[in-house]
Amino acid sequence: MMAFILLFGLVVLPFVASQLVGLASGVSRRAAALSAGAAMLGGLLILAGLAPTVFAGEVLVVTLPWLPEWGLDLSLRLDGLGLLFVLLIDGIGLLIVLYAYYYMEDDDQLGRFYLYLLAFAGGMLGLVLAENLLLMLLFWEITSLTSFLLVAYKFKDKEARIAARMALGVTGAGGLALMAGLILLGQMAGSYALSDVLLAGDTIRADPRYPLMLVLVLLGAFTKSAQFPFHSWLPGAMAAPTPASAYLHSATMVKAGVFLLARLYPALSGTDLWFYIVTGVGAVTFLFGAFFALLRHDFKGLLAYSTISHLGLIVLLLGLSTPMAPVAAVFHIINHAVFKASLFMVAGIVDHEAGTRDMRRLSGLRRTMPRTTTLAVLAAGAMAGVPFLNGFLSKEMFFAESIGLPGALAWAMPAIATIGGVLAVGYSARFIADVFLGPPPTTLDRIPHEPPRFMRVPVEILVGIVVVVGLLPQLAVKPLLAIASTAVLGAPVPPLDLAIWHGFNLPLIMSIVALGGGLYYFSRREIVFSIADRFGDGISSRVAFERFYNGLAIGSRAVLAAIDGFSLRQNLALFLLFTLVLGLSAWWGAGNALLGPLGVGDMDVATMFAAATMLAAVAGVVVLHRQRLVALVALSLAGVVVALLFVWAAAPDLALTQLSVEVASIILLLLMMRFLPIDATPETGAAATREAARRLPDAAIALAAGAGAGALVLAMLSRPFDTISAWHIANSVDGGGGTNIVNVILVDFRGFDTMGEVAVLGMAALGIQAMLGGIALPGRVARGADGRSLAPPVMLKMLVQPLLPLLLAAAVFIFLRGHNMPGGGFVAGLIVAVALVMQFVARGIAFAEARLRQDMTRVLGVGLAICLITGLVPLAFGRNFLTSTHGYLAGLHLASAALFDLGIMIVVVASLVLALVSLGRLSQASER
Amino acid sequence: MAIALALIVAMLVTGGVWLLLRPRSWSVVLGLTMLGYAVNFFILLAGRIGSRQPPLALEGAGALADPLPQALVLTAIVIGLGMTAFLVALALRGVAARGADTDDADRIGEGPVDDDDADMAA
Repeated sequence: MMAFILLFGLVVLPFVASQLVGLASGVSRRAAALSAGAAMLGGLLILAGLAPTVFAGEVLVVTLPWLPEWGLDLSLRLDGLGLLFVLLIDGIGLLIVLYAYYYMEDDDQLGRFYLYLLAFAGGMLGLVLAENLLLMLLFWEITSLTSFLLVAYKFKDKEARIAARMALGVTGAGGLALMAGLILLGQMAGSYALSDVLLAGDTIRADPRYPLMLVLVLLGAFTKSAQFPFHSWLPGAMAAPTPASAYLHSATMVKAGVFLLARLYPALSGTDLWFYIVTGVGAVTFLFGAFFALLRHDFKGLLAYSTISHLGLIVLLLGLSTPMAPVAAVFHIINHAVFKASLFMVAGIVDHEAGTRDMRRLSGLRRTMPRTTTLAVLAAGAMAGVPFLNGFLSKEMFFAESIGLPGALAWAMPAIATIGGVLAVGYSARFIADVFLGPPPTTLDRIPHEPPRFMRVPVEILVGIVVVVGLLPQLAVKPLLAIASTAVLGAPVPPLDLAIWHGFNLPLIMSIVALGGGLYYFSRREIVFSIADRFGDGISSRVAFERFYNGLAIGSRAVLAAIDGFSLRQNLALFLLFTLVLGLSAWWGAGNALLGPLGVGDMDVATMFAAATMLAAVAGVVVLHRQRLVALVALSLAGVVVALLFVWAAAPDLALTQLSVEVASIILLLLMMRFLPIDATPETGAAATREAARRLPDAAIALAAGAGAGALVLAMLSRPFDTISAWHIANSVDGGGGTNIVNVILVDFRGFDTMGEVAVLGMAALGIQAMLGGIALPGRVARGADGRSLAPPVMLKMLVQPLLPLLLAAAVFIFLRGHNMPGGGFVAGLIVAVALVMQFVARGIAFAEARLRQDMTRVLGVGLAICLITGLVPLAFGRNFLTSTHGYLAGLHLASAALFDLGIMIVVVASLVLALVSLGRLSQASER
Repeated sequence: MAIALALIVAMLVTGGVWLLLRPRSWSVVLGLTMLGYAVNFFILLAGRIGSRQPPLALEGAGALADPLPQALVLTAIVIGLGMTAFLVALALRGVAARGADTDDADRIGEGPVDDDDADMAA
């Protein structure tokens, strides 16, 4: 139980905190930073509580069934690999929060940044802890969406928008492929639970669908981890604020793809296909990224390409099928995250202080920023693979693994490794030499200084780790590496010997060649630049992506323009015709008998009278719909007939509701009329011709629809029927504590449904408020003979005033009796709303607003909260959501459902008042 | 009896659909309200009608009307009101956008497409 709460807490915490940060940022920047930091720190503390179990070799799995019939459970798992990633996400996250507090400018909406950052962290945590494949997919998409928000953080900047769209386009497309791949994988393994999938490796590899599934899953992983040829979104994503880059593009987001490969390693690896694709793509990306990193003049771009290269290296290692290669991959995941995050932070500091990221303008910053320079040199040294720093160790492991492969790879792989090493030393050297060494800068607008003390602290911590791991790997990282690698391999890890000195062997020679060659390569970089300049960028994949995207947009718009006339009538007509065809085909299929065995029954006076009145009402509306007031009267006649039919059909609750809704909707339409000409003028010119041409087809559709509906009624009423409501009738008193079965169904049996419906009502009201806010319409004002606008009639005022308490009393009565007799929250709410709105109508909106002290949006929230809380309380007693209870208190029969009904009533009142006041305000604005 | 009821539904649907297809938002609102009457009444009829008592679980009650469709229709009526109100607001917003003397509901969805297309000319 404890593990259950802690594991779910780990994932839920950042999401909850992201909402709190929004509130806290209203208080101060510091409050926002503190709450964001607390969330990350909280995650680390939870992890500390769980870590001993994991280090003891246990895999924690907790499950909460969600949609078991679809194989989707809310299940989480914490093993060594998950633990490593949680440590990276929460640990580096904490440092990023601190760093961002100093990095972001005052007007940069720090709260919004933290909100996105925490939501992203939550997505990442869910991804690395998911035990269910489908759940993993869900979190995968959350990381794509939230990273889109982070890259587009400076959304006023065109570059940021394009970059964010491209990042989302590429990773989103990969996400779709991954979805297909994981569903296939689940089908092949017979389960979506990761524990089962990881054990079913042999079955999966033997399945004929294995190649298809593997390619789909790899597409997901490669797009996310920026592997060639899907890498180009990553350099563009440097448009994100630097703290986001340091987090997403070093330690977390881009590692998600690598994580996926590591996670599924026992299930997917070990085939030739895996080896060729994964190793091949990794090797190309490794060299490609390393080569282009040197060519970037923007140092953030250099770091981005370097990240691509290092991700390629990790992918390559996962592809090699030697026992130690995955261990080296995990080790490099850790090392790269640490040194690259610190380098991004250094880049942010330089950008912040110098105002540029162009290495051709920067130079000699070591003079004014000595401490930052030291940190940068150490981190870049790790990136280049210099001894005594952490990057050296994993690179040595890589060199060792590249040796001894069969066939042509025996020489090709060491060559690739060494060339990659040379290139890495080259671009690392450029970063240090161009930014920090050399003569003082001459073209900067300001003189760079050391950043604030605490902005450097996160970098110092990370560089500290770089050095400690580099010097004392056995002590510092071996236990973590061992459990994480065990989780990847799904088997015990080969003996680990992390040491700086392994004797004078081939990997060491390769390292020496890489360092020496890299410095030489760097010294000759002008040659590389001139070659690159001569051939130019040509058609970059970024342009290609934009052309593709543009083409899609233009194409779909052309298709839309061809099939959609943007006409409401046309769309509705198509929709209705399609419905008619559906109905007709069903009728043909069923042997086209219209009437069932019961027949149509006898004629009776009541329904015939109702039908005749309805004919008059409908004809009145249809014929006179241009004369708005008359049409309204005719429409309300139809409404009253319907209400009477409800009475006749033994549905008193419905009759009450229909009548009060009728009043509200007539007021609504009267308010609308204010802004329209008193009578609709007939169309003229081309519009008249168009209208005339439409009449015949429209009439045909309307008649067909009417005939179809009528036939449906006949078919239905002439067939026998068994109701399912016997259960509701039998359980109403005992189970729901009320004799009005309709009300008991609403607030108890189907309470969840009702809650959704009142929520919709509230949403409609908020939508109305949003739509009508800030617009002014010239409305008609009733004017007297002297041309002055008329005040509301005195009679109405006098009548309405005593009516208010009477109506409110009636509402209370109807509400209280609702559970046992016709009535209830809906009707009572409608009556209260009508009573209030009638005051507005009679006394003017200003009078009413001065007395209506409550903000109706807040009242709406209170009503919904009451509904929700009455629903949640039973959960605390181990009952289902919205289970009701009832009993006698001091001789008074009370049911908890009455409280729920009260919530409904409040929502109905607030929604209607909100909607009608929004409309009323519109006219008030126009009177001024 | 069934014939009269079928006629009532048929008339409401015919009128509602006809008004729905008129080019003015005013008629669309009227038509939708009328269609709402028809649909609500139709759902109630699905529980069948006859000489039955209101669905109150009282001592000594006879045959009760089917409460389930009634409960469904009750919320539908209220939601229908919310929908009408929303449509009215939408129509007025359209009037404000187009100028007050026309309330043409027929040309929806037209207007500038505001995205970064201009930026995309790479």
